[in-house]
Amino acid sequence: MTAVTSRLSAVPLTGWIGMALIAINLFLFAFGPMLAPYGQEEIVGVPFDAPQPGHPLGFDQNGRDMLSRVLYGAQTSIGISLAAVCLSFAIGVPLGILAALRGGWLDLVLSRLVDTVMSIPVLISALVVLQALGSSLPVLIVTIACLDSTRVFRLARLVAQGINVMDYAEVARLRGEGLAWMIRREILPNVLPPLVAEFGMRFCFTFLFVAGLSFLGLGVQPPFADWGGMVRDNQQGILYGLYAPLFPAAAIALVTIGVNLTVDWMLSGRTTVQGDNR
Amino acid sequence: MLTLIAKRAVLGVFTLWLVSVLVFAGTEILPGDVAGAILGQSATPESLARLRAELGLDVPALQRYVEWLTGFLQGDMGRSMASGQPVAGLLWPRFWNTMSLAAYAGVIAVPLAVGLGIMAAALRGGIFDRVSNVAALAFVSLPEYFLGLLLVLWLSVKTGWLPSLADTYEGMGMAAWFRATTLPMLVLVMVTTAQILRMTRTTVLGVMDQPYVETAYLKGLRNGRVVLRHATPNAAAPIVNVVSFNIAYLITGVVLVEAVFNYNGLGRFMVDAVSRRDLPLVQAAAMIFGAVYVFLNMVADIAAIALNPRLRHPRGKEA
Repeated sequence: MTAVTSRLSAVPLTGWIGMALIAINLFLFAFGPMLAPYGQEEIVGVPFDAPQPGHPLGFDQNGRDMLSRVLYGAQTSIGISLAAVCLSFAIGVPLGILAALRGGWLDLVLSRLVDTVMSIPVLISALVVLQALGSSLPVLIVTIACLDSTRVFRLARLVAQGINVMDYAEVARLRGEGLAWMIRREILPNVLPPLVAEFGMRFCFTFLFVAGLSFLGLGVQPPFADWGGMVRDNQQGILYGLYAPLFPAAAIALVTIGVNLTVDWMLSGRTTVQGDNR
Repeated sequence: MLTLIAKRAVLGVFTLWLVSVLVFAGTEILPGDVAGAILGQSATPESLARLRAELGLDVPALQRYVEWLTGFLQGDMGRSMASGQPVAGLLWPRFWNTMSLAAYAGVIAVPLAVGLGIMAAALRGGIFDRVSNVAALAFVSLPEYFLGLLLVLWLSVKTGWLPSLADTYEGMGMAAWFRATTLPMLVLVMVTTAQILRMTRTTVLGVMDQPYVETAYLKGLRNGRVVLRHATPNAAAPIVNVVSFNIAYLITGVVLVEAVFNYNGLGRFMVDAVSRRDLPLVQAAAMIFGAVYVFLNMVADIAAIALNPRLRHPRGKEA
């Protein structure tokens, strides 16, 4: 118990801010639409009208309540990215660990494939796929997950390889443990910490990526509201000196800042520990 | 060393070929039907068949790939499906627009970021280090369009200093061009500077933990001299890698920035082509982006070999 409290007090201010931002956003993700005072398609005012009592963020380009739209958007924006990152880890981690443990042709084929996919910028690959399949939520999630899983694969393979040559892994193999046991009892518990940090970074990247695609008009399509698309829809407002597009953009920024601060703190703690072990 | 570089160049060409296969497979073999997409609701079986024949879609994929690749190598990128114009004529001017914007940003961002990164590492734990670290983290987290819109609001709409849209046209003067592209350049500089600064700092600090740096300190050398003469040269190869990685990022980050400022570059061109599902345009743009990316990575690897004595004389087969 004292260990926990002493570790908590060691968390720097930036770490606390990061975790608070994540907590707020998770809360919005779960309850955002319930908190929204108006419906996301409900036209309740004049387009681009200024903030006023009852409408603290003003109105969007169609006269809808901006606060309600941002609250609804939380679910779409965060939901899609979470789904994509979970899927990419579900693909990348097992394949990466398997490639590291098995080696041989499986490792060779998968690694070459991943290298090739990674030799093209993600945005360009995504655009090529979206051109062929059109943009819909399932296509978006699966495409991003597949492209992203290459990075996850690389990390999982690298970390698992490192663990696989450790003495305790060697001992387990000499005991005659099978592949499933090796993965469950030796590899997984040890690859977890770096993978958790990676999950944060991947989420951050995916989240920005989905928002970016929506901003380009190629991501989430109407009637779903997401933050990137809202920036795009309200972009013209900035030319009249209005803050309308900045609210969803700031919402995006707060999520990524929160995750980045948290990951930064987690990683800075981890590298020193790793340094000690070396 | 020359054979190592030659090997790397051959590998680069091979990667380019793989990229062409992926781009072609991505656009042709995925189940989306181009002819159906063009005709949309009005498609009848006859008109679909006619359009497929017109577009050459009735030929086997492999044959189409070979024809596409040989045409591409000879500078013939096919014709736009929407307008029928040759793709090459549409693409190259925009390519150079994008390259000039990226170069404008890169020339400012790279020296600035590497300098600041080394400074942050030298003053580790000091106030400059901490402030620059938090600022860089913030800039890395902010989406390009958020920064872009803020700059438009402050430097254009409120003050009228710079134009809010990056309108460029053929034959415009240098001064006018710089004025028009300064806002997008600033956004790109902020984002890449933050990235390079963070990574440069980490790289130099990694070298600072080495025993020979401790020796240099124990010899009584001053901090600045140790950082500049002992640590930085040894961090040069990884820094070159960081820089090229970020220039490659610049090439794609430019897509979003071009959309914010309505800049007539390759990124916006490709996005428009994707939303109109104009296959030849998308293929050509993807190939060009892929080629630039592969090329930059290759240059970075070669530079890293040239800068690192241990890579110049590799041990074992892995290097």
